[in-house]
Amino acid sequence: MAQSSALPAEQYNYDIVRKFTIMAMVWAVIGMSVGVYIASELAWPFLNFDIPALTFGRLRPVHTTLVIFGFGGSALFATSYYVVQRTCQARLAFPWLAEFTFWGWTGGVALGALTYVSGITQGREYAEFEWPLDIAITLVWVCYFLVYVETIRRRSQPHIYVANWFYLAFILAVALLHIFNNLAVPFSLTQSYSLFSGVQDAMTQWWYGHNAVGFFLTAAFLGMMYYFVPKQAGRPVYSYRLSIIHFWALIFLYMWAGGHHLHWTSLPDWVSTLAATFSVILLMPSWGGMINGIMTLSGAWDKLRSDPIMLFLITSLSFYGMSTFEGPLMSLKSVNALSHYTDWTIGHVHSGALGWVALVSFGSFYHLFPRLYDAKLHSQTLIYVHFWLATIGIVLYITSMWVAGIGQGLMLRSFDDYGNLAYTFIETVEFMHTPYVWRALGGAFFVAGVLVMAYNLVMTVRASRREQAALEAKLAAKLAKA
Amino acid sequence: MRHEQIETNSGLMLLLILVVISIGGLVEIVPLFYINETVEQVEGVRPYTPLEQRGRDIYVREGCYLCHSQQIRPFRDEWQRYGHYSLAAESQYDHPFQWGSKRTGPDLARLGGKYSNQWHVQHLKAPRSVVPQSIMPNYPWLLETDLDYSDVAERMRALRATGVPYSVTQQEYDANVKKFGQAVADQLDINQARDSLLRQAREKDFDGIPGRITEMEALVAYLQVLGTMVDFTRYDEGFFTTFR
Repeated sequence: MAQSSALPAEQYNYDIVRKFTIMAMVWAVIGMSVGVYIASELAWPFLNFDIPALTFGRLRPVHTTLVIFGFGGSALFATSYYVVQRTCQARLAFPWLAEFTFWGWTGGVALGALTYVSGITQGREYAEFEWPLDIAITLVWVCYFLVYVETIRRRSQPHIYVANWFYLAFILAVALLHIFNNLAVPFSLTQSYSLFSGVQDAMTQWWYGHNAVGFFLTAAFLGMMYYFVPKQAGRPVYSYRLSIIHFWALIFLYMWAGGHHLHWTSLPDWVSTLAATFSVILLMPSWGGMINGIMTLSGAWDKLRSDPIMLFLITSLSFYGMSTFEGPLMSLKSVNALSHYTDWTIGHVHSGALGWVALVSFGSFYHLFPRLYDAKLHSQTLIYVHFWLATIGIVLYITSMWVAGIGQGLMLRSFDDYGNLAYTFIETVEFMHTPYVWRALGGAFFVAGVLVMAYNLVMTVRASRREQAALEAKLAAKLAKA
Repeated sequence: MRHEQIETNSGLMLLLILVVISIGGLVEIVPLFYINETVEQVEGVRPYTPLEQRGRDIYVREGCYLCHSQQIRPFRDEWQRYGHYSLAAESQYDHPFQWGSKRTGPDLARLGGKYSNQWHVQHLKAPRSVVPQSIMPNYPWLLETDLDYSDVAERMRALRATGVPYSVTQQEYDANVKKFGQAVADQLDINQARDSLLRQAREKDFDGIPGRITEMEALVAYLQVLGTMVDFTRYDEGFFTTFR
């Protein structure tokens, strides 16, 4: 009984969780601000300032890497290390390896950003890291795997909790994708050529690219959802059976869907048709997860009125449901013919990335922080402020991208009465200026929300420190008296 | 098997996850390396010359693929705007592929020969000076920076290791002469890499600055070859559909 009476902070390794949580917030602020900046470059090109490091082409990978791998990755490390300890009731295995994953991951992301602005890139979307960083990341990932699996093996529960299934699938799949997509022949410390070329290279890249979404930004965040939603709601997961079915279906189907990024290209039709088919089927396990999450709240719907953290979590699931409906829609060849190459895709990604990934992380962090620092959150009102800034930002972002994307798609395919093209390409660029301005504004709203959150968290930590200092002073005074 | 057995055994769970996530890639990617029809059999597609390849490196370095695709789809509007739809064969020597995923600017798959070298230089230096509504960044440093071609042979050797037919031995050179003709085979010979880079730059003078080889020289050389290798008049309509 001695163990269960110990404070969770002593029983579990919270130090590593705190580190990753803080870094996730740091990357969120930097990565999303870079996002607003490059969005503004598209609206006002003078912002490129003729400085190589600031041009859109070099900054865009900085944005995607910092938000996906910096913010998203750190949030996943933080929550997975927390969840695996709590659900297995075991302290994190190999603490020094876990420590290494923190420094390795943080250093890797930071170095990656620096190399991109210097023009060092593999030229593969979301996999721009050059080969030395790829190898370093692989090493970090192997350590992550060891820590995670060994902690599960040391569990004091016979069952592995469902959140951990998703985290496990994420760790394995990302390893597989990362290794095969980054096969390359190096010829200097900072340069290499990819092993595959043309159509095979394209398919490998989008198998990777789509599953970076499927496993990094979906499966793993579902793991996060499966712990924090029931915890915050104070109710068990809605359906155990549904979680089994949608877990296996999701991880199986996702791996087939990548080819829908290459509809109507030189990729053979059989692959693109298979990919579209699986993308449509993917709607079912995706919504399985959404339903399982949202219905967990059944019987406690009033929490949406009283608990702003619940608001974040449930809204994130709603955005998850929306973007996983939009995705299969866009994977249909006829829709894709219009949407591909346009900002509709960018809007779709952000309804998932901001609406689902970021909101579920924020909700989880608001749940985590008081427990990590043994303190009450500084302000509930500011959580509401953050929520509305974020939601308005997302709505502005995705609606402006629908306008830009569908608008450009329609303009490019319209003909005049004589059968000539009705618009030149540059006319579509002109048309997109207004939506680009609104998009940048939406992004700014979202970043403002993140800043409010950062302030709220900093004040929480400071209050916790003050309280602790006061307690210690009291104790010291007592001891002195005695 | 009851699911309880899986969720109480971490080894079994890991194994099953690995099996389940491997199937999609195995079915969709591996055959692309073995089915012959995946890449069309057409004549004319050759590896890039040393100068063009250096231009391509700069294209990748500056992240051009983030706003420009190189992949024309088989639609009427794209046909009218850009030309014949792209073939897999046309990017068979592209390491990495640069098909792109977004057209913030127009597709570049058949840019070659559409504009003069002079237009490209001016456009890259200051896009709004030729297209006032353009939102492309200026790239003035391309014209100010001398091209580093000291390692061009190493680059070609690395590409050769991936399967691009750059020649090292006499045998490989002869094979290239047979396949591409002597003029091209010389350009693809790693032993002559520096010389052929210099020769092409001197003869064509893509950047308009005689006596200097800038990064602009290489990039324009690359842009001017895009989509020009296949002579589509030699193939019947419908020939390419047999490969799709």
